[in-house]
Amino acid sequence: MSEREVLELLRENARYSTADIARMTDLEENEVEATIEELEAAGVVRGYQAVVDWDKLEDERVRAEVELNVRLDRETGYADIAERLARFPEVKALRLVSGDYDFDMEVEADSIREVSQFVSEKVAPVPEITQTVTHYVMTSYKENGIELGDGDEDDRLSFSP
Amino acid sequence: MTIELSDRVKAVPPSGIRRFFEIAEERDDVISLGVGEPDFSTPWAARDAAIASLEQGKTSYTANRGMRELREAIADYAADRFDLGYDPAEEIIVTAGASEAVDLAFRAFVDPGDAVAIAQPSYISYEPGVIFAGGEVLSVPTREEDEFRLTVDALEEAGAGDAEMLVLCYPNNPTGAIMREEDLEPIAEFAREHDLTVLSDEIYAELTYDGEHTSIATLEGMRERTIVFNGFSKAHAMTGLRLGYALGPADAIAAMNRIHQYAMLSAPTTAQHAALEALDSCENDVGEMVDQYDRRRQFVLSRFREIGMDVFEAKGAFYCFPEVPDGFTAEEFAEGVLREEGVAVVPGDVFGAGGEGHLRISYATGLGDLREALARIEAFVADHA
Ligand SMILES: Cc1ncc(COP(=O)(O)O)c(C=O)c1O
Repeated sequence: MSEREVLELLRENARYSTADIARMTDLEENEVEATIEELEAAGVVRGYQAVVDWDKLEDERVRAEVELNVRLDRETGYADIAERLARFPEVKALRLVSGDYDFDMEVEADSIREVSQFVSEKVAPVPEITQTVTHYVMTSYKENGIELGDGDEDDRLSFSP
Repeated sequence: MTIELSDRVKAVPPSGIRRFFEIAEERDDVISLGVGEPDFSTPWAARDAAIASLEQGKTSYTANRGMRELREAIADYAADRFDLGYDPAEEIIVTAGASEAVDLAFRAFVDPGDAVAIAQPSYISYEPGVIFAGGEVLSVPTREEDEFRLTVDALEEAGAGDAEMLVLCYPNNPTGAIMREEDLEPIAEFAREHDLTVLSDEIYAELTYDGEHTSIATLEGMRERTIVFNGFSKAHAMTGLRLGYALGPADAIAAMNRIHQYAMLSAPTTAQHAALEALDSCENDVGEMVDQYDRRRQFVLSRFREIGMDVFEAKGAFYCFPEVPDGFTAEEFAEGVLREEGVAVVPGDVFGAGGEGHLRISYATGLGDLREALARIEAFVADHA
């Protein structure tokens, strides 16, 4: 139970200090620390990242969602293809999905050119891949459960009953 | 010429919070812990229902007592959730906020000169409501030693046995105190013995963090002398939609409706559609908000202890009620921390007898802001130690 609570809080904000988490969950600080260590060791918590609104930065960062269709043969399974693709640093997320295509891949690079080069030179040539469809991300409104944009304005009266 | 005001209006001074509001307006970096309303938005399902009702042109008056369907949903909810059994036809009235219901009750039951006992510190509208109705306020202070619960001793000491009516608000605004069944039993007995009508404002009932809420109306012999108030402002984050209700014996609700049908005609129709949906499908949203409040509550309580300010262990609503450090009155502290650190809090005196020397801190504010606000309070305390 406390594991779940700690996880929820870390997902809300991985930078909450152990002291803050302890306060919110009524656990001791060392219990929080131990719980987090266990979750990390067990591979439940796989890492911590910042949620970035790239649109707020000057430098361009280009992202695309790529749909992949594959044809499996006797020797190759989805996992084999996934393993091969996941190794590329450009690939930020890779999921096997149901529906019209097989893999859903998130790619990130510095320019549209780089993304398309990556897809055409590194991904498309994989023999089992029969088709790729690239969707460039134009604007992102929400990432990892966090709404992007200006938000944050609290226009309630500063005092109310 | 100036329009001559009624004595009743003259008897009620402007709100004590007004002045603080003006100071707060002068700065643009104020973090407010002075707000008594959720920082969450109304659950989408309820908003969608409101929108759909508008699209379908459902913008006429409803029955005076509220849409039949909504009253039925309220009856089911009150029965399931709090064991309160009321007949939707005659024992429920839907109002423009719990505020209207409270006002109707005072106007329907108070005669000029009647004494109305109010357990304090408490929500700020009861006193003016009694005065506007021509009644007289009898303050019954509750004390931190009793965990801000009302006791029979306090009632006796204040002479509440001679009053006509007793106003309770648990979970309490501003202290966050709750009353459990065993705390309510002796109060109920006192009410029966002295034939008091009880007005029980239970608008924070869902926001009970430790155990279950008990309504005094469920205790023996209390149903016939109690009016229960509730609404959608707090647990369903619907303050601006203005929707509340009262539950009580048929005659009493009929009397309140007699005023309501002339003063208000009916509660806002759009809001009634939102409320119906809120009861039908927003239980999970409420649960999630309650979980968040609970985390913030624990966070805030723990930070105050760390800062070295004594703080009462609030178990309900979304307030906590720390004591101001020595050397300050509540008002001085509130004004100082607002001017010097840009944190808005409400001095406890505003809430009546028993609130002196305390601050009301609302944690209906995001955790990031809470953390910053508490750091600023800590700095203020350190500067003036
Ligand atoms: C105890 C209490 N009762 C009633 C209200 C007002 O509720 P409504 O918005 O339903 O009028 C408040 C609002 O702060 C409150 O704290």
